[in-house]
Amino acid sequence: MIHDRYQLAFKLYPYERSADQDAETPVRHPVVIMGGGPIGVATALDLGLQGIPVVVLDDHEGIGMGSRAICFAKRCLEIADRYGCGQPMLDKGVVWNLGKVFHDDRKVFEFNLLPEQGHKFPAFINLQQPYFERFLVERVREAQAAGAPIELRGKNRVDSVITHDDHVTLEITTPDGPYTIEADWLIGCDGASSPLRGMMGLDFEGRVFEDSFLIADIKMMNDDFPTERWFWFEPYFKSGASTLLHKQPDGVWRVDFQIGWDVDRKKELQEENVRARLDAMLGDVEYEIVWTSIYTFQCRRMKQFRHGRVLFAGDAAHQVSPFGARGANSGMQDVDNLGWKLGLVIEGRAPESLLDSYNAERVHGADENILNSTRSTDFITPKSKVSHMFRNAVLDLAEQYEFARPLVNSGRLSVPCVYDGGPLNGPDALRGGPTRTRVGSPCPDAPLGEGFLLDHLGGAFTLLTIDAEAPDALEESGVPITRLALSASDDASGGLAERYLGMATSGVYLVRPDQHVAARWDSFDETATRAALRRAIGLE
Amino acid sequence: MAELTLTPNLDRPDDFYAALIATHDGLSDDESAALNARLILILANQIGDTEVLAAALQTAAKAPEEVTA
Repeated sequence: MIHDRYQLAFKLYPYERSADQDAETPVRHPVVIMGGGPIGVATALDLGLQGIPVVVLDDHEGIGMGSRAICFAKRCLEIADRYGCGQPMLDKGVVWNLGKVFHDDRKVFEFNLLPEQGHKFPAFINLQQPYFERFLVERVREAQAAGAPIELRGKNRVDSVITHDDHVTLEITTPDGPYTIEADWLIGCDGASSPLRGMMGLDFEGRVFEDSFLIADIKMMNDDFPTERWFWFEPYFKSGASTLLHKQPDGVWRVDFQIGWDVDRKKELQEENVRARLDAMLGDVEYEIVWTSIYTFQCRRMKQFRHGRVLFAGDAAHQVSPFGARGANSGMQDVDNLGWKLGLVIEGRAPESLLDSYNAERVHGADENILNSTRSTDFITPKSKVSHMFRNAVLDLAEQYEFARPLVNSGRLSVPCVYDGGPLNGPDALRGGPTRTRVGSPCPDAPLGEGFLLDHLGGAFTLLTIDAEAPDALEESGVPITRLALSASDDASGGLAERYLGMATSGVYLVRPDQHVAARWDSFDETATRAALRRAIGLE
Repeated sequence: MAELTLTPNLDRPDDFYAALIATHDGLSDDESAALNARLILILANQIGDTEVLAAALQTAAKAPEEVTA
């Protein structure tokens, strides 16, 4: 039997009997993904859109209730857009720019994310996780209809795995009983408590934070709060040691109270007790409670994200505190990084060792996220008297003096990871080129005609030339490179030149399928371009 | 005459703050207070300028509220 561990928000992949269940010998699939959450489904989209057959197994039949992740960052939306589902997320999401930080009953300061002009996506949108997942699954359905070989199998619970040198065997339980399949590659996207990690006996070490947070998503009957992020340290209304108020779509507000370590979860979650905290904070306001939950967290990661034919992505590989919106946002960057590499390996155009660069680059990303979210947590929940004293001194000074404001840390919001020093990086040889587009960076967006630059990058290797000559197409080691020929004058706003040329008058960028810069020069050099491509696919 | 800098001047504020807190790891309250005293004296010597130091002392003394840690 398969019991539901949680309630569903949307039932999107109901159980259907698969032909594999009647096969005499286990059917072999190129890729099997464990976990039908956002990271698993996004991985399936990436591979399926490349034409690589992929099977997703999930022990539920859809998306879990509860908003959970709510803050989706620009890079995450750009990745979703590459898969063809960024726009519905943007349309549904709430865009916000202004944040206010309070201490007790005083405003310490406010910040504006001041979005740079000329990007398709804003710095952040707030969107309940079930919607984010639903848009991904809807995009899978659309891709399937167009022939993408993706299968989502609901109520398929993996009970054991046996790893071999060149494949993995999976024992699966369904409502119709067990069956066995094999996978050339298995990807674990099965969340922070990853059963796959457990089955393989793999480590997941890090730091536990001794604090609990009570989430209440509420719908206000008469809400005139602005669309801003409000964060209180030691709020005067005493509903928590810190409190966050943030708007979501459908008139829903996220309220997050820090309530201490030794709490009686059941008692705290009783409606009257949740309301007591909310009433103290909101005063005389009518509201309806949509969802409540208590969470604790750890900051930790696996030592290695690749174990032979098994790869881990998202929360299964790394877990961070929620401060800074670095969970789902970093998981999507894992997918972005893994998809094209696995695609090239499966097609026999790149060596298996290319996948070790997935480990190197995304471990680097995870460490950056863990460092930032650990520091935010230490500031928000100081664990010693002296740490608390310094924290409050920073807040007191920040109220009057600008110098202390950069020290206030209520979450360093997720920015895309740059693979500085990465194993696939080629030469950074554009003299006078901007730092933000150095080798290893994700390409920043820029306006282009009626659309945007990023609409033209990704999915394959691109040679982006700006006021430079180069052949329109090249092929190296069986991998095509297509030129995108631009001129600084194509963007009258100057964004393209500012972001890609800096002091230079011309530029040539080799851009990876995940829109990261592999190498750059001031003019085209065929030998250098070929060498950089070989390096970017793990051949050198 | 130098003036007290009250605009952001730290290269890497998060790194500095983390290092500051980490330096106190495992110390008792008295040991932390003593460390802070030594640190202030070291930084004061680095600043040197009497008027800047006087302005810093004044600024710190009139902070919004007594810290009740």
